[in-house]
Amino acid sequence: MSINRRQFLKIASISTIVGLGGAGAFDLLQRNWLEAAQFSPDPKALTAKRWGMVVDVSKLKTEDDYKTITDACHRVHNVPDFGNPKDEIKWIWTETYGHTFPGQEDEYMAEDIKHKPFLVLCNHCNNPPCVRVCPTKATFKRKDGIVMMDMHRCIGCRFCMAGCPFGARSFNWRDPRPFIKEENKEFPTRMRGVVEKCTFCYERLAKGLIPACVEASQEAAKKAGTKPGLVFGDLSDPDSEVRKILSLHFSIRRKSELGTQPSVYYIIGGNDHA
Amino acid sequence: MLETALRGSRKYWGLILFLLSLIGIGFIFYLQQFSYGLGITGMSRDVSWAFYIGQFTFLVGVAAAAVMVVLPYYLHNYKKYGRISVLAEFLAIPSVIMCMLFIFVDMGQPLRVLNVLLHPTPNSVMFFDMLVLSGYLLWNVLVGWTILGAERKGMPPPSWIKPFIYVAIAWAPSIHIVTAFLYAGLPGRHFWLTAIMAARFLASAFASGPALIIILCLIVRKYTKFDPGREAIQTLGKTITYTMIINVMFLGFELFTAFYSTIPGHMHPFDYLYVGLDGYTKLVPMMWLSSILAVIALVLLLNPDWRKNEKTLAVASVAVFFSLWIDKGFGLIIGGFIPNAFEKVFEYWPTIPEAFITLGVWAVGFLILTILYKVATTVKEEVVYDKYGEKQIKV
Repeated sequence: MSINRRQFLKIASISTIVGLGGAGAFDLLQRNWLEAAQFSPDPKALTAKRWGMVVDVSKLKTEDDYKTITDACHRVHNVPDFGNPKDEIKWIWTETYGHTFPGQEDEYMAEDIKHKPFLVLCNHCNNPPCVRVCPTKATFKRKDGIVMMDMHRCIGCRFCMAGCPFGARSFNWRDPRPFIKEENKEFPTRMRGVVEKCTFCYERLAKGLIPACVEASQEAAKKAGTKPGLVFGDLSDPDSEVRKILSLHFSIRRKSELGTQPSVYYIIGGNDHA
Repeated sequence: MLETALRGSRKYWGLILFLLSLIGIGFIFYLQQFSYGLGITGMSRDVSWAFYIGQFTFLVGVAAAAVMVVLPYYLHNYKKYGRISVLAEFLAIPSVIMCMLFIFVDMGQPLRVLNVLLHPTPNSVMFFDMLVLSGYLLWNVLVGWTILGAERKGMPPPSWIKPFIYVAIAWAPSIHIVTAFLYAGLPGRHFWLTAIMAARFLASAFASGPALIIILCLIVRKYTKFDPGREAIQTLGKTITYTMIINVMFLGFELFTAFYSTIPGHMHPFDYLYVGLDGYTKLVPMMWLSSILAVIALVLLLNPDWRKNEKTLAVASVAVFFSLWIDKGFGLIIGGFIPNAFEKVFEYWPTIPEAFITLGVWAVGFLILTILYKVATTVKEEVVYDKYGEKQIKV
């Protein structure tokens, strides 16, 4: 049996397409089973089933308390400061009660609560809408509950920013690098055109360190001889510190009625036991 | 058939040159955006989608409106649309291409756009939007080109095209519905979180698209020998009358729900758009212009004498088109972000580069439209008689 050139090309091209397609399908099935890791995990790494945070606002007193915390985060993560609200990028910052919990404000509520700053950051929702809407899986939920960003995969469509009900996400409207005050070489800088946000310091957890904001609040508390305003831990572990605090105090979460199940809790009238 | 687009009058080449120069200017501004980043636009952390996505949303409507011509023709054998079904399909093609370009220019990392295919994510509505838009483009190119090719040869369309025609008809609403779902399924965006969103999209699309087809039919009749037919234009006039009424009614339903319930989150975006919020009023004039145009359009359309007069019908069509262009291009998207997640107002207005990039994309669309319409009208001029034996050129 002989085949002419035309038939040969036909067979060759069809088998190439089938081969490539088959490999692609196999790859797709495999993809979810593997976990990308360049190194074996550090034995000191902090692990959890669902990382969460408690913000005890009664423990945070002065302007400085907040500034230490937000600065600590923005410094280690190379968050640029453009000095204008249009290009602004922020991972953790403060808002008033009314802006943090829209609709919960009340004209007769205590003045000090009304004007007190509330720390806001990514809520690392258990049911994150940003992950649901991302068309490339560039934002995804890890097994430990952290909602992560892959800045190399992000196409900059900003669907996640529309999807997030908490305004937690920022976009690099322009090259951020010239606006980083002091670059931390340990953490990557970003390029223009990608979305970023708080990652619960996944890079520090991997080395056995607690998140930078929590560490800053602990240091500030130690100096002032009080308890820290931020507590971090495993929400799925009933013996964790966060769970103990939550079992003793009334806490609220931002926009919990939306069903995104935020992992950041706020205690407003906390006392010294917390 | 494409060769017919290479021979044309001085006016034709003038139009082509004009559109090419707009594309050139837009492209230069796009290069600037490409190197600086999207910060060149008026968008911000709070209003993170705006003019580009607004244009995309509006044009999805225009694209799918072809079905308002194709459906009565193929499913109900409404013969008067026989001559213009190709015009409707050929409007869908540049509209979808503009939609895709507006998405593309809105990307922070445009070179990574194929990540959407490399990492297909069925839980994202954007994934489905990509599928339905590319599908719709494909069906319209296939159907439009095949039908026109058959007409040129004086043959009935081949029978294999029939299933594709039906698929294209059923497919058309999907591009609105899926685009509406981009917005309507997001928690915490009160303005968009409404089940009537998809219905509103359909109503406004079936008004703005046919309105543009009316305008294009009138232009084609003026500048070529091809006559789309008075009755076809009149029937389209009736279509936009009904769909515009439905569209305005749907907006009224939204206003009722927001202001009778007095739930602040539902009222605030409407407040911002129509009266201003916390002293911020940038979009108020635009939104009132949209409302006034809608009223003018309805007054002209509801009066049968005015509707039957092609001059007033043309004015009404232009009013419908621009009213809905403002409503979708500005109001719908920007209103969704103001106030923001913290109930704060941060305003948006397009910048000059953003406006020129937008104009450039529109020019790409109109260039493709011009070329396709040139091909279609030349074929129709050559054929002289339509499928039903009636003369389709001006005497």
